[in-house]
Amino acid sequence: MEHIISVTVENKFGVLSRVAGLFSGRGFNIESLSVAPTLDPSMSQMTIVTSGDERIIEQIVKQLNKLIDVIKVVDLNETEFVSRETAIIKVHTKDADRAEALRIVDIFRANVIDSTPSTYTIEVSGDPKKIEAIINLLQPLGIKDLVRTGRVAVAREPARPVAVQTKKVARD
Amino acid sequence: MKLTGAEIFIECLKREGVKTVFALPGGVVLKIFDTLYQQKDVEVILTRHEQGAGHMAEGYAKATGKAGVCLVTSGPGMTNVITALADAYMDSVPMVCFSGQVPTSLIGNDAFQEADNIGLSRPCTKYNFLVKDVNDLAATIKEAFYIATTGRPGPVLVDIPKDVSMAKAEFTYPNSVSIRGYNPTYEGNKWQIKQAAEAIMKAKKPILYVGGGVIFSSASQELLELAEMTQIPVDMTLMGLGAFPGEHPLSLGMLGMHGTYQANMAMHYSDLVIAIGARFDDRVTGKVSEFCPYAKVIHVDIDPTSIRKNINVDIPIVGDCKTVLREFNQILRATVNGEQKELRKPWWDQIQEWQQAHPLTYHQEKDGPIKPQQVVKRLYELTRDRDPIVSTDVGQHQMWAAQYFKLAKPNRWLTSGGLGTMGFGFPAAMGAQAAFRDRLVLCIAGDGSIQMNMQEMATAVVSKLPVKIIILNNGFHGMVRQWQDLFYEGRYASSYLDTTPDFVKLADAYGAVGLRVKKVGDLDAVLKEAMATDKPVIVDVPTYPYENCYPMIPAGGCNHEMLLEDPPELKKKQVGAGKVTPEDKDTVLTA
Ligand SMILES: Cc1cc2nc3c(=O)[nH]c(=O)nc-3n(C[C@H](O)[C@H](O)[C@H](O)COP(=O)(O)OP(=O)(O)OC[C@H]3O[C@@H](n4cnc5c(N)ncnc54)[C@H](O)[C@@H]3O)c2cc1C
Ligand SMILES: Cc1ncc(C[n+]2csc(CCOP(=O)(O)OP(=O)(O)O)c2C)c(N)n1
Ligand SMILES: [Mg+2]
Repeated sequence: MEHIISVTVENKFGVLSRVAGLFSGRGFNIESLSVAPTLDPSMSQMTIVTSGDERIIEQIVKQLNKLIDVIKVVDLNETEFVSRETAIIKVHTKDADRAEALRIVDIFRANVIDSTPSTYTIEVSGDPKKIEAIINLLQPLGIKDLVRTGRVAVAREPARPVAVQTKKVARD
Repeated sequence: MKLTGAEIFIECLKREGVKTVFALPGGVVLKIFDTLYQQKDVEVILTRHEQGAGHMAEGYAKATGKAGVCLVTSGPGMTNVITALADAYMDSVPMVCFSGQVPTSLIGNDAFQEADNIGLSRPCTKYNFLVKDVNDLAATIKEAFYIATTGRPGPVLVDIPKDVSMAKAEFTYPNSVSIRGYNPTYEGNKWQIKQAAEAIMKAKKPILYVGGGVIFSSASQELLELAEMTQIPVDMTLMGLGAFPGEHPLSLGMLGMHGTYQANMAMHYSDLVIAIGARFDDRVTGKVSEFCPYAKVIHVDIDPTSIRKNINVDIPIVGDCKTVLREFNQILRATVNGEQKELRKPWWDQIQEWQQAHPLTYHQEKDGPIKPQQVVKRLYELTRDRDPIVSTDVGQHQMWAAQYFKLAKPNRWLTSGGLGTMGFGFPAAMGAQAAFRDRLVLCIAGDGSIQMNMQEMATAVVSKLPVKIIILNNGFHGMVRQWQDLFYEGRYASSYLDTTPDFVKLADAYGAVGLRVKKVGDLDAVLKEAMATDKPVIVDVPTYPYENCYPMIPAGGCNHEMLLEDPPELKKKQVGAGKVTPEDKDTVLTA
């Protein structure tokens, strides 16, 4: 099953390769990974989308916790969360297609962020299903380039307490 | 006053109580060596290969319980020490390796002897540091020792660029370390401990399965108290040997692939497995789906990732063995009474039945070829009074050493379990000898393995480390040959060593002492002579080449289905089938 794991790490060089090395060295799968500094510039936030059965996810969470540069690990699947991904899509637009492209942009509440006589560059944000959907619709027009950020996610403010796994409390 | 990086390095070692560094110089670490040369507090043992330095640091660490230290140069020095780092990582050995690096300004430029030391060592260290600024050096070294020796111990690498060792900084050594992402759990969860104690009281067929963690946390005394108080028998892993006295009536010996019959049967039929500082390695579990089918499992381990990695656990306790065992004992002391012994009498009777049905056996003919087990057994009997430290290489001889050399105390057993590194034994023994100059240190080696770090004999002679090497010389990569006999129809692909050096002459060439046991009747006399020598000694013992190590659970097999002796078709084939060293060929052929 797919899991989104939110990992707070030290913001220093080499940390990304330690995390990536953990996944590759143990044959765990990374579907997407995003990293950026947090409000506290000494820390970074990683959002890792991975998949595996319960046993594998448990190992992934424990192994991440074991890394010395990892400060906090939260398996967001254990709680309610919201997630978003952004895609930037460059489409070919011949005269006749330009209106169609704008219609699609409108339906998906996307934005045109750059435009030339023969292309639109479109930015869209949402959950992965939405991104897939707009890609499918734009495809017939001719997609020239496509980049996706991978997902970022955050736990919903809880009505009930969130199961946060800190390093002191092992999952036992 | 400002100190150079090299001086800071030495000051830090002194603060950490390091007396010995195993090292080999090179361009980028010359400043450090030059500074070491001009002081007397830290002894430098110059090895002949960086792998040797690494294993020496491991041997030192395993025998003392403190971090071992080695120092290597950049590039090839670093790549050479990788095997030892990987070995230490697998076996959780506390060690700090310092590597030289090209000057910071050249890093990334493919400079002469540059290697990405951090990248190379990342998957085989607990943590690693590149020190870019001399002002960070002292605090980094403090953290390195802290990380190496706390929680689940392991190797840590500190990479020091040449310019950092030469630059100057004010020296202050931090008193304590605080790393926000690293807080090992020592105290076990009280509720879980209570659950476990209750399960221990109730169990009819309990077994203690103890491993290296007991040794790392110096918890042997607590373990002994628990076992004796509850009368629960003890199985040890290869890495746990010495955690519990091998001759104790409650000791069932080693379990696993080459464990004793009673140890494996007791594990298989147990109703409560109490795992203390052991990690359910596949050489212990065999076929995971049929592992301990009747048992509830309690697992005490300081590393949460060890728990439920390979098998399901009913009562997990993350914590330090010593701390948790103390709590067990405290609870149990108040509750244990005569009833447990009564309750478990059928279990104990059953275990003794197993013990008597299939004890460890071998057959030594009076004038026949020397059996390897006989050598280990006599070595044990002749030296036990001197409380020796024993190292092994990897192979059959290692397993026979594990079976027949019964250790009474922890920190006496140096072996490579997780990585299974041939060539580990001799340098590890030297590391232990460097820590304890007056103790008897034995290395039980194979004729294959010993050749992987033979060069260190020069170090042993020069640095006066009088290790006694006993080579069980079967002319083969014996463990490989055994598998070929059992699973590859006896095709000895690259397992026969054919020409092996004359180890007696080789010892002599290095300025050590070489002795050979020509026939079984001479065994005691030669071993005694070796033990009475104050130099490094090689005792070459040509042994019967076709002896196989039993019991054996074939890989992926189930723990109660052990092979106990050679299958009949193998027995027929072996007699007179091969040769050992040239001059002893005849003895073996007429066997
Ligand atoms: C040829 C060959 C044959 C082998 N055959 C066998 C065999 O028959 N039987 C066998 O047992 N092994 C055998 N091995 C070794 C095997 O591969 C493993 O290395 C071994 O079983 C692991 O031992 P262990 O479980 O004690 O773990 P170790 O590797 O010693 O690990 C220690 C465990 O304790 C934990 N720990 C560390 N410190 C503490 C602390 N303070 N408190 C609590 N927990 C702590 C660690 O997190 C870890 O989980 C063989 C190896 C070779 C090379
Ligand atoms: C560095 C290394 N290479 C290869 C192996 C695979 N291996 C395991 S045991 C063994 C044979 C060891 O031979 P020897 O040292 O003579 O011991 P014996 O089994 O004969 O007692 C080999 C090649 C290993 N464990 N380590
Ligand atoms: Mg051999």
